[in-house]
This record gives sequence, structure tokens and C-alpha cells, in this order.
Amino acid sequence: MKHSPLPASSQLLRFGVIGVVVTGLAAGFAWTAGWVGPQRLSAQAFVDRFEENGGVHPGYRRAHAKGLCVSGWFESSGAAAGLSTAEVFQPGRLPVLGRLSIGSGSPHTPDIASPVRSLALLIEQSNGEQWRTAMNTPPVLPVGTPEAFFEQVGAMRPDPATGKPDPATMQAFFAKHPESASFLRWAASNQPSSSFATTRYHGIHAFNLIAADGSIQPVRWALQPLAEAEPLQPDGDPNQLQQEFSARLAQQPARWQLLLTLAEPDDPVADSSQAWPAERRQLEAGVVIIERAEAQLGGACQDVNFDPLVLPNGIQASADPILRARSSAYAESFRRRTREGAPQAAAQPEQGAKP
Amino acid sequence: MSRPQIFPWPLRLLHWLMAVALLGMLFVGVGMVASVEGSQPTLVAWHKSLGVVLLALVCLRLVLRLLLPTPPLPADMPGVQKLAAHASHWLLYALMFAQPLVGWAMQSAAGYPLVLFGQWPLPALLAENAGHYSLLREAHAWLAYTLFATILLHLAAGLYHGLIRRDGVLEAMLGKQRPL
Repeated sequence: MKHSPLPASSQLLRFGVIGVVVTGLAAGFAWTAGWVGPQRLSAQAFVDRFEENGGVHPGYRRAHAKGLCVSGWFESSGAAAGLSTAEVFQPGRLPVLGRLSIGSGSPHTPDIASPVRSLALLIEQSNGEQWRTAMNTPPVLPVGTPEAFFEQVGAMRPDPATGKPDPATMQAFFAKHPESASFLRWAASNQPSSSFATTRYHGIHAFNLIAADGSIQPVRWALQPLAEAEPLQPDGDPNQLQQEFSARLAQQPARWQLLLTLAEPDDPVADSSQAWPAERRQLEAGVVIIERAEAQLGGACQDVNFDPLVLPNGIQASADPILRARSSAYAESFRRRTREGAPQAAAQPEQGAKP
Repeated sequence: MSRPQIFPWPLRLLHWLMAVALLGMLFVGVGMVASVEGSQPTLVAWHKSLGVVLLALVCLRLVLRLLLPTPPLPADMPGVQKLAAHASHWLLYALMFAQPLVGWAMQSAAGYPLVLFGQWPLPALLAENAGHYSLLREAHAWLAYTLFATILLHLAAGLYHGLIRRDGVLEAMLGKQRPL
């Protein structure tokens, strides 16, 4: 059956309705993507800012660009098995892939030039689930929100004259953010050790352990070195810490105790700038044993994104907004560096040019 | 075999269910890759699980589409429009298959475990390979833009049939029997 034709005005109106519906959806899509509308803090803006500070080094991570691949085991004591159903906390041994690095956006920074060292781990369970964690030397962050952290990365932009952050800018940033007091106390007391193996690494953020009965225990984790620390003696080698670590492994594995600090009900679990009282109960959940190290280029950790929100059942992210922002920024860094392709090992300065 | 005036109810149900889900997935997807909000990790987890569900639904939908009788296009529709209608529908089917498969393969190539609704680990479709990840990651974005544009075109065409031509094509998917 046929309708009589619409009058021209009515037809125009109906075309208008179709146009409004389609352009409305398209505009909503563009707004959701952040292509139009107010400037919002985004994963791309974070990674851009890291690139402004450290330079763009194709194929390398945008943060913590210089590092070493490591591997070994996690021997769980089972001490946390009652708090979390995750296999990583049941008694037993699981393989570990990890990465030791320093806190710089450039892969050419001398090892001891950065006050921040990191150990990232990937522990794979037998059911295929993984626990990835990226740990750093400070126990807390200077600030507690992604917006303030973004501002901090901006304040850390190196002065072209010195190649280092401008102390006056940093001082002004800390003065504006009194929540950085806990971090500054750590920074003032931190004594760098002579080895990656004698450094203590902190998970910084709180995570929730989920027990079999569904109960939730917020914890922070840290790796406490089992070897005795000695003070750092600079020897002029830009790869001093990597060399020392490889030489150490030839003698014995490096070991850390995984400590879980248990929050009490009123402790701040969603603010990574706030420390918990020192008397909080700690569990010795197991020992990380690193037996092997290899260069990151071509190494097993090169293509791993140590996204701290890849967690097995039994461990959940807390409400900490910086923790929740990290996954997105890590994914953007991973996207950019995999698009560029892996740097060639021959391009490393220590290899030397061959004719 | 005589062809019905309207689409059989299983196809209508799947059409509208997937229409809402696909638009939701496209909006969540394009937002979550930029977002640093606290909701971001939850959105990503749901995006992955719902993607697998949509892959299962499109498999079911294709089988039903091939088995069940469907209404013909109006006889008086110009040939070019008929061709465009058929081509855009098969493009939509191709995209509905490709997008979740590329998403799953991209997770595998990056070495991320894919755990359906946080409970059921799924097998990897591909071996870990950063180069493959990068290609699949970019493809996932471009397929999303293509799928969104094709859906908008499909929506505009549906409304054109319903509001301008008034030829029963929109009603066939709305399920409204038209008086003869």
C-alpha cells in the first residue's frame, strides 16, 4: 500500500528530525571521546607530559624507561591465605617475571641519577590469572589525586639549563600541597643503597584482599630486602646498579620478603599520599626470589605492560583515584611504544657502532 | 515460501538488544581509552566481558537470520537503494564479528588474561606479540569508528523509511503489522 506524498513542509521537518537524531548521537560520541568539549584530564595528557619531561625515545616505556628484565619465583608462605582466595597467597611456588628500573623517562639516565627505583612483577597463577604489580622506593606519593599528580609531573619538567627539575618550582609545588609532608619525610631520610637487591620497594596504593567468606581487608604491600644494605658508592659507571645486580646474581639469588600491612577501619585507604600508623600489623606473605637477569631489549619483560590493575580474583583495587587512573595511562604508553616497535639492541651505546 | 511482513520476534529481540549494547560498547570504549576517572577500570572490565557476550549473540543472530524468513524490501525501492541496504547489512554483520574477535585477539597478543565477568578465564586466541598487539589495537579503534558510522547510516536509513517513505521497512523491525 502507498501513502499519499507528504507536503513539502512536513517532509522537510521529518528530514530535520532524522538529522537531529544522527548528529546528536555523533556529537555525543565525539564528546565522550574527548574530541570536543571542555579539556579533561586524560591518559593521553599524562603520557604527553611524561614525554615532555623525558623526551620521546621510540619503543621505550614513557616512564621508567631504563631497566633490566628479571625472573625467578614467588614462594608463598600461606600467611595471607585466610585473607585472600588468590592462588598467589596459598602456600606454594609460582614463577615470576619482573623488571628492575629507575624513575626516569629516558633510557640513557645514569642508574644512580634517579632517587626512585622500581621493581615490577608479574606472577602467573595456574588458572591463567595474573598478579601484576609495579612497586617503587617511596612508601607514599606526594599527592593523592590524579589532578595533583598531573600538576606534579608538570612541576618536575627539567630545566633546560641543568637537565634537572627546577628546585624553586618543586618547592612551590610542595608548599601548595601540604599533603606531601609524608613523602618529603621519606625523601629527606632515604639513604640509597648500593644495590637494587638491597632496596625496599612499596606498592604504595591500598588494595583489597577478598577472603573466601567475602570479607574485605585493605592492605598495602612492600618488598623488604633479605640481604643487608650497604651505602651507595658511585663508581662512575652509568649502568652501575645493573652491573652490580648481574654480578650479584652470579653468586646468589636476590630475595625479598613480601610484607602485607593490614589497614584498620579508620586508616586512609583511598589516598596514596597518607601513610598508615607504623604499628599496623604486618604479615610475611612469602619470598620473592630473583635468579636471573637479562637486558630489557629482547628480554622477556620488554613487551610486558606492568599494569597494576591486572589482578587475580581475591585481590581488588581500592578506591584510590591515582591507582585507578594508572591503568589507562599505562595502556596509552604501551600503545605508543608498541606502535613504534622495539628499539634495536645494536642501538645501545655500550654495544658500539659496527662498520 | 511466502515472506512475512515483519521480522520474526527472535530477530527483532536480538536486533534491539544488540543495538543498545553495541552503542553502549562504542561509547564506553571511546571514553575509557582516555578516561582517568575512578570508574575506568570497571568500565574496561565490563567492556571486555560484554564484548565476548556480543560475539556469542552475533553468532546466534547470523544462524537465525539465515534460517528464519525475513520480509522483502519494498518492490518499488530503487535498485541502488536496495543494493546499499543489502551491502550495509552485511557490512554490519562483518563488523559485529570482527570487532569482538579483534578485541579478544588484541588482549591475547598483549598477554593480558581475559577473565569473563571476573570468574571464567578464557583461552588466548593468539600468542603474545607486541607487533601484533599494536596492529590489532589500532584496528580495534578504526573498526569501532567504522561500526559507529555504519550504525548511524543504518539509523538514518531506517528513519528515512519510517518517516519519509513510510513503506513498512521500519515497522518490519518494530514488529508493527500493517493493515492491508
